[in-house]
Amino acid sequence: MSDTHAQSVGFVQKTQIPPSPPPAAETGAFKWMRENLFSSTANAIMTILGILAIYWFASFSLPWLLNGVWDAENLSQCREILDGTSGACFAVIAERWNQLIFGFQYPSEEYWRPFLAFLLLLVAAAPVLFSKLPRKMLIFTGLYPFIAFFLIWGGSIWVPVFALLGFVAGYFAFKKLEKQSFAMGFFGGVIAAFAFWWVSGFITPDLSRIIPIDLPAVPSRDMGGFMLNLILGTVCISLSLPIGILLALGRRSQMPLIKWICVIFIEFIRGVPLITLLFVANVVLAYFLPPGTTFDLILRVIIMITMFASAYIAEVIRGGLAALPKGQYEAADSLGLDYAQAMRLIILPQALKISIPGIVNVAVGLFKDTTLVSVISMFDMVGMIRGPILASTDWNGVYWELFLFAALLFFVVCYGISQYSQWLERQLNTGHSR
Amino acid sequence: MNKSVFFGALTVAGLAAGASAAATLDDVKARGTLNCGVSTGLVGFAAPDADGEWEGFDVAVCRAVATAVLGDPNAVEFVPTTGKTRFTALASGEIDMLARNTTWTFSRDVDLKFTFVGVNYYDGQGFMIPKALGVSSAKELDGATVCIQTGTTTELNLADYFRVNNISYEPVPIETNAEAQQQYLAGACDVYTTDASGLAATRATFEAPGDHVILPEIISKEPLGPLVRHGDSEWGDVVRWSLNAMVAAEELGVTSANVGEMSMEAGDNPEINRLLGTEGNLGEMLGLDAGWAKMIIENIGNYGEVFEANIGESTPIGLARGLNAQWTEGGLLYAPPFR
Repeated sequence: MSDTHAQSVGFVQKTQIPPSPPPAAETGAFKWMRENLFSSTANAIMTILGILAIYWFASFSLPWLLNGVWDAENLSQCREILDGTSGACFAVIAERWNQLIFGFQYPSEEYWRPFLAFLLLLVAAAPVLFSKLPRKMLIFTGLYPFIAFFLIWGGSIWVPVFALLGFVAGYFAFKKLEKQSFAMGFFGGVIAAFAFWWVSGFITPDLSRIIPIDLPAVPSRDMGGFMLNLILGTVCISLSLPIGILLALGRRSQMPLIKWICVIFIEFIRGVPLITLLFVANVVLAYFLPPGTTFDLILRVIIMITMFASAYIAEVIRGGLAALPKGQYEAADSLGLDYAQAMRLIILPQALKISIPGIVNVAVGLFKDTTLVSVISMFDMVGMIRGPILASTDWNGVYWELFLFAALLFFVVCYGISQYSQWLERQLNTGHSR
Repeated sequence: MNKSVFFGALTVAGLAAGASAAATLDDVKARGTLNCGVSTGLVGFAAPDADGEWEGFDVAVCRAVATAVLGDPNAVEFVPTTGKTRFTALASGEIDMLARNTTWTFSRDVDLKFTFVGVNYYDGQGFMIPKALGVSSAKELDGATVCIQTGTTTELNLADYFRVNNISYEPVPIETNAEAQQQYLAGACDVYTTDASGLAATRATFEAPGDHVILPEIISKEPLGPLVRHGDSEWGDVVRWSLNAMVAAEELGVTSANVGEMSMEAGDNPEINRLLGTEGNLGEMLGLDAGWAKMIIENIGNYGEVFEANIGESTPIGLARGLNAQWTEGGLLYAPPFR
């Protein structure tokens, strides 16, 4: 048996034949190009047209970018250096860098203060944005608004300290009264905080004289540049989120008074363009206030933008609330949870998760809308460019370089926000996604 | 925190409400700074430099008033205003005066309840064309395409001018000056029309300014000047005569270089003596120091010096004096006598 085929089997391959490389046309970049760029005649034509378009665009934009002049004192000097060749005059960004970032009035020896505030903002925002970080960092987040106010505006340290203590007093009053009822605790806390601030208004001036710990004060009028955009964006987004949640809950409330107040507020604000609200903040309020008074312009603008954004966020969150099945509400009720607990533990976590893309959308839009303040003569990034820089005899006529720079800064921030939200959605994904 | 600031503001507001009805001069002296409304940025007229110091032709008027009242050209709080916010800022009392290339018109003076105290620049609408077009007068512009900012008085002026002269044109509507520059340089229109000072400033930014000419015809009156609120004539007088002092100083040959010497003692010319406070009591009548005009000229310069330094022919803007020359030299500048 064993030698039946002994003669017929001359050779037995003991190992596997090494795979031969695929034909040149089926491998690597060549294959990728053939499949993706030249898969059909129409596709090939489109590819060639696309390449031509890119080449055409690059042929004038690349020399312009790469040949840019970074060191010149004014536009005519720039043109002398370029001597007729194509090139950008980035020298304006180098020369006016501080003005673009901080505005033209912020005292230059104090630039470290907003810069430090910006770095601390990253630290303060981290535990809110990334839930894996130690929860103790949230204490710093809570303190941050007061630190940032002190750093950016300066003045006596006792003003933000007492403002903080007022919140602490309000919190303790809330805790004490909360056991009786939530509403009582809430209003008790508010009253306690205001009483504390009222009293501290008498103490602060004397205390700042006795124990003077202060930084040179910088008035709001001197804020400007990208710093102003960041201040407005950060403050308004972080304020409008809680207000928006309250408005959304209020609009779905069973109590007619609260419901109608929220509905009217939301519908009115959403029915009015932001620029109108800003004009009201800047111009019309001045008529209502007694002559000679200046109610801090930044504060007025923050209030208006926050109102605007919170109305939009309220509608986004209401969408999230409406998307939850009724069973969730009933489940909360059947567990015996009261309204505050049901919202906090069951409804809002789900509703907010659904609302993330919408909230981020509003946040990105709001951040870009902060440039509208340039219309009411505030020198934000765009206001600086359109006003002082383009109006200086040195740089009148430089448009592309400045606006490209502004676009770049805004793109970096907005793209960052949107990437974060996508990451967050993946983190919170519990299997409902389609 | 915000709330406490708010209540603080309201308290201050209540206290200040009674006081600031009139007597702007006393307010400014008590405050130690002049709140002066300027443009958010207009080449040659008002713009902060790289160090954040405001400079320009309108800014000089603010500084002159601050010098006269407070003796310090830097005691000015510049309040940037846009074309939309300038009048409310003045009417609401946020600023004490407005020096923002504002055209003196009937309705602004009467209906908006402001007082124009004088004219610091006589502007007017002009035309800019490429030299290659070979046109030397606006009347030869029959059939031309014209870049024009929509919704402005310049649009109406243009229509009137072409109709009166019975020639036709094709308007190319544009929104901003920046857009106009691009369109004009790209050849989308043969002519660009706006205020003559604006044309000069625009031309100064071109790569080859020499290839473009501004035609001699000026087709509208745009007297630009500082203004104050109705109802406080004393303050209006201070601003008016601060401006007049600069104009008169040029006429009388007083410059920042020779004012120190001239004001040492009374000279031969009684008007110079009265202006510089070595004779008479003009300063006292205004409620100011005797040397108020001397300090203006010493620190800011006379009208001609300010013109040359900011928008004159030695600057990139390169405006000729034209209508803004002294009356003795064929211009319109005519300061009433100091007596």
